[in-house]
Amino acid sequence: MSSLAAFAADLLAGKIKVIDLTQTLSPEFPTIALPPMFGQCAPFRLEEISRYDDRGPAWYWNNFSCGEHTGTHFDAPIHWVSGKDLPNNTTDTIDAQNFIAPACVIDCSVQSAENPDFILTVEVIKAWEAKHGKIPAGNWVFLRTDWSKRSGAAYANVKEDGAHTPGPDPDAVKFLVEERDVIGFGVETIGTDAGQAHGFTPPYPAHFFMHGKGRFGLQCMANLDKLPPTGALIVSPPLKIKGGSGSPLRVLALVGA
Amino acid sequence: MSRRAAYDGVVAAVPVTIPYERYSIQTAHWWIGRALAETIRRAGIRKRDIDGLCVSSFTLGPDTAVGLTQHLGMSPRWLDHIPMGGATGVVALRRAARAVQAGDAEIVACVAGDTNGPDSFRALVAGFSRFAADATYPYGAAGPNGSFAILTDAYMRRFGATREDFARICVAQRQNALGFPHALMKRKLTMEEYLAARMVSSPVALFDCVMPCAGAEAFLVMRDDTAASLGLKTARVLSTIERHNAFPEDPIQLRGGWAQDMPELYAMAGTTPAGIDLLQTYDDYPVIVMMQFEDLGFCAKGEGPEFVRSHDLTLAGDFPHNTSGGQLSVGQAGAAGGYLGMTEALRQITGTPLGPQVANARTALVSGFGMINYDRGLCSGAAILQAA
Amino acid sequence: MNPPLPPRRKADPLALPRQALMPQGGRSRAALGLAAMAAQGRFTLQVCVACGATQYPPRDVCHECLGTDLPWRDVATGATLLGETTVHLSGDTYFRVRTPWRTGLVALDCGPSAVAHVHPDVTPAGRARMRLMLDRSGQGVLLALPERDTANMMDDPMIREMTCDPRGRRILITDGRSALGQEAARSLLAAGAAQVFLGIADAWKPFKGQDTLPGDAVPLDLTDATSVGELAAEFGGRIDIVVNTALHIRPGGPLDRRDLVSAREEMEAAYFGPLRLAQALGPTLRARAADGPYGACAWVNIHGIDALAPDPSFALTGAAQAAGLSLSQSLRTALAPIRVLTAFVGPLEDEWHQAIPPPKVTPSALAAAILRGLREGLEEIAVGDIAMDVMRRWRDNPATLARERAG
Repeated sequence: MSSLAAFAADLLAGKIKVIDLTQTLSPEFPTIALPPMFGQCAPFRLEEISRYDDRGPAWYWNNFSCGEHTGTHFDAPIHWVSGKDLPNNTTDTIDAQNFIAPACVIDCSVQSAENPDFILTVEVIKAWEAKHGKIPAGNWVFLRTDWSKRSGAAYANVKEDGAHTPGPDPDAVKFLVEERDVIGFGVETIGTDAGQAHGFTPPYPAHFFMHGKGRFGLQCMANLDKLPPTGALIVSPPLKIKGGSGSPLRVLALVGA
Repeated sequence: MSRRAAYDGVVAAVPVTIPYERYSIQTAHWWIGRALAETIRRAGIRKRDIDGLCVSSFTLGPDTAVGLTQHLGMSPRWLDHIPMGGATGVVALRRAARAVQAGDAEIVACVAGDTNGPDSFRALVAGFSRFAADATYPYGAAGPNGSFAILTDAYMRRFGATREDFARICVAQRQNALGFPHALMKRKLTMEEYLAARMVSSPVALFDCVMPCAGAEAFLVMRDDTAASLGLKTARVLSTIERHNAFPEDPIQLRGGWAQDMPELYAMAGTTPAGIDLLQTYDDYPVIVMMQFEDLGFCAKGEGPEFVRSHDLTLAGDFPHNTSGGQLSVGQAGAAGGYLGMTEALRQITGTPLGPQVANARTALVSGFGMINYDRGLCSGAAILQAA
Repeated sequence: MNPPLPPRRKADPLALPRQALMPQGGRSRAALGLAAMAAQGRFTLQVCVACGATQYPPRDVCHECLGTDLPWRDVATGATLLGETTVHLSGDTYFRVRTPWRTGLVALDCGPSAVAHVHPDVTPAGRARMRLMLDRSGQGVLLALPERDTANMMDDPMIREMTCDPRGRRILITDGRSALGQEAARSLLAAGAAQVFLGIADAWKPFKGQDTLPGDAVPLDLTDATSVGELAAEFGGRIDIVVNTALHIRPGGPLDRRDLVSAREEMEAAYFGPLRLAQALGPTLRARAADGPYGACAWVNIHGIDALAPDPSFALTGAAQAAGLSLSQSLRTALAPIRVLTAFVGPLEDEWHQAIPPPKVTPSALAAAILRGLREGLEEIAVGDIAMDVMRRWRDNPATLARERAG
């Protein structure tokens, strides 16, 4: 029996569970709030085409619109200026092999509950490795904050000086990319970067370093608390948008039962 | 003295009234056709002998008198269509008389008829005229009731008329109507009933209003020798007047065009109000009747109230007025309402009344009034007729 | 003296509400001028250029000299009541359930006699002050008011038919996040509104004034069909006046931007949003338009004066405002008998107009103007010096204005 056949058999037998890491795409789900002079990411919108009525008697369907970075979404390297000239850096040209990869989940939910501006440092990562082993190359690193259990204003947590949500510092990102060769970084919050990361050097280090090295981002994920620290297999193919910088997607995790 | 030519040698004859109906499923064409047929039958002529036709109707649309000629299979050489509401009878007479006098036509049939359905009157009022649609109907949509109520209010205020004064006119006309076989109102009306009636548009109450209905009226105009050869009873036309939009400078209508033309009316006829044996006024509302008493010289302006208090307006009274009962009791058959006084006067002075005969009725004055285009009636006319 | 309007009563849930019928609205082209002037609250009639004669009813030809140049001019508002009637019986479906209804013939000080609606406090044969009002069909009608204001004058049922006083009414303000929305809520509540709902979009985003919000916050995002649908379903039957304060004004001409992102947002705010709201709320609002003296009555849309002719530095906003204005105009027919009040404003005192010199319009000034417009039953107001100036130039010559603004 090939390993794939064994995998399929385990899946059918319920020995492998599929966990949905996706938030529901809905109009009221927060999008990133940039200062008003910048272009804005469109929120998710649904316009009914017909609903078993005079517009279409037997069928129901909608048009939807949103930004590439609305809801649970994937960031391609071209999203950031640091990754703009890399080869195969758009949603349609990224090698599909990248869309299935294992993940390490660093649980910082306790710290994040205490401090919305919690910063993931190299120290925290190394402490995790001390417990769960070194992060293998080609893995996703997911920052679990339990932020997805919040909603509305508490989720966006925008104050007068901007958003206050957890995220990594520049050294942590550099460490993950350069020392651990991760495939990407995933979070529960609206951005891979901390809410106050505009003040870091460089600003938005998760975007800057991850995409600058051709790595990916996953944002607005849910159910990270249902994942083991290691061993989950992540399925995360973005829509094949020509020249796309990212896309909303369904993120699935396969875990042993 | 008037410099107008007299209507020598012209007579009116064969007054016809087709009994009115409150509501009819027939058309104006049907009512007009019936009146014409009856006229022809009674005159003992053929349809083609009628070479002049004068038509009035509010409900003939989209046809006019022209379409009616084909509908009725007539080929007149003189044709008129008079859209003047309550003035149509007088105006039809004076136009037909001149046509006959000048030889443009031998026998002119003057006919007015309308049908009436449950919603006809409202529809007519809603689209009555441009000014009415623009500037009266949107104000309570009370139609002529509202317009005449305003005039009645102003008249009462100005001249001290009371509801009892108007009641005298309505009660006397109802008395007359009791003898007129075609009247739709067949019950006696008392002063108490009049005063107790529900307000329609104050101060106009139920018995101040005419009842819209379907019906038709007609008469013939021809030379006296033609009439003689047919053996018809006739009346001569002594004088007529016609006026439109009189006194536009009056801020509110307290007088009609008769006031402007009254001297000529009597001068041409060679008579005075005292020489009139019976009067047929246009009576869509009693206030207009009172104005006609004044403007036709039977009393001075403002003395209408006193006039009705001191006269008996019934058939048998000292001032026989609207002897069939008028529209207030017979009903208002659209444009035929403008003929009602004319046919009744012709019957009375030719000794062929449908009800009681007014004693010594030789000279009659018929007055017409029509078309509340906006805030007042625009058309006025009158004719003095005398038994031939 | 007119009795004060009785307080709003709860509707009988088992009774079929009175149908929202209208008085006859067909008019000649000339008479439509009355509506155009009533919309602005002006008392104007046609005056013959050749001979100076004032005309009424509206005409195409002067009744005095047969001149055909009959522009609308402000005329004296005094009048004397000549005769009157109180209609008790009307064949018209609108009036027959609203009798008794007082009308009369007045002699206007400016010349003609005119049939008018007559306020109960005008004394018989007395003096009156004339106003041009819009009736429920949206047509211009003459109203005789007592010469001086009387107690509860505007409480008369006839006047309530022609005005949109917020007193006792429940009002939806679409954008409670803005200073304008909040000021409008304060001013309407102070004017006696029974309830003000403030629509809040993106409730997760903090905004100024959120802790001192006047009225009741309701989730509403005009750019979101779901949100609009939910609001209509939940509150549609309780809204008597809609005040759409959603304004999205951004600088920039067509070539100053390289994309349509903010142009779309402007269209969303000025056109698609109000259209969505009208689709969701309009039928209910219209159906409740005859629901007594507190029935649904008005829809207020705010338009940048750029809607009439664009200012090059805000040209794309102007395009969206023009689209919104066109929608407002068609809503007049679609929502009838609901009155659609368009409030034109010039530059606002806000962060998007920092580079624009004064005079600018403060949110409270705009809110006050909207309140006045509703109370007087207007359909078109220009708020602030700039809007009034542009409006006057537009009325004078729209083509010249377009070139002036292009500057």
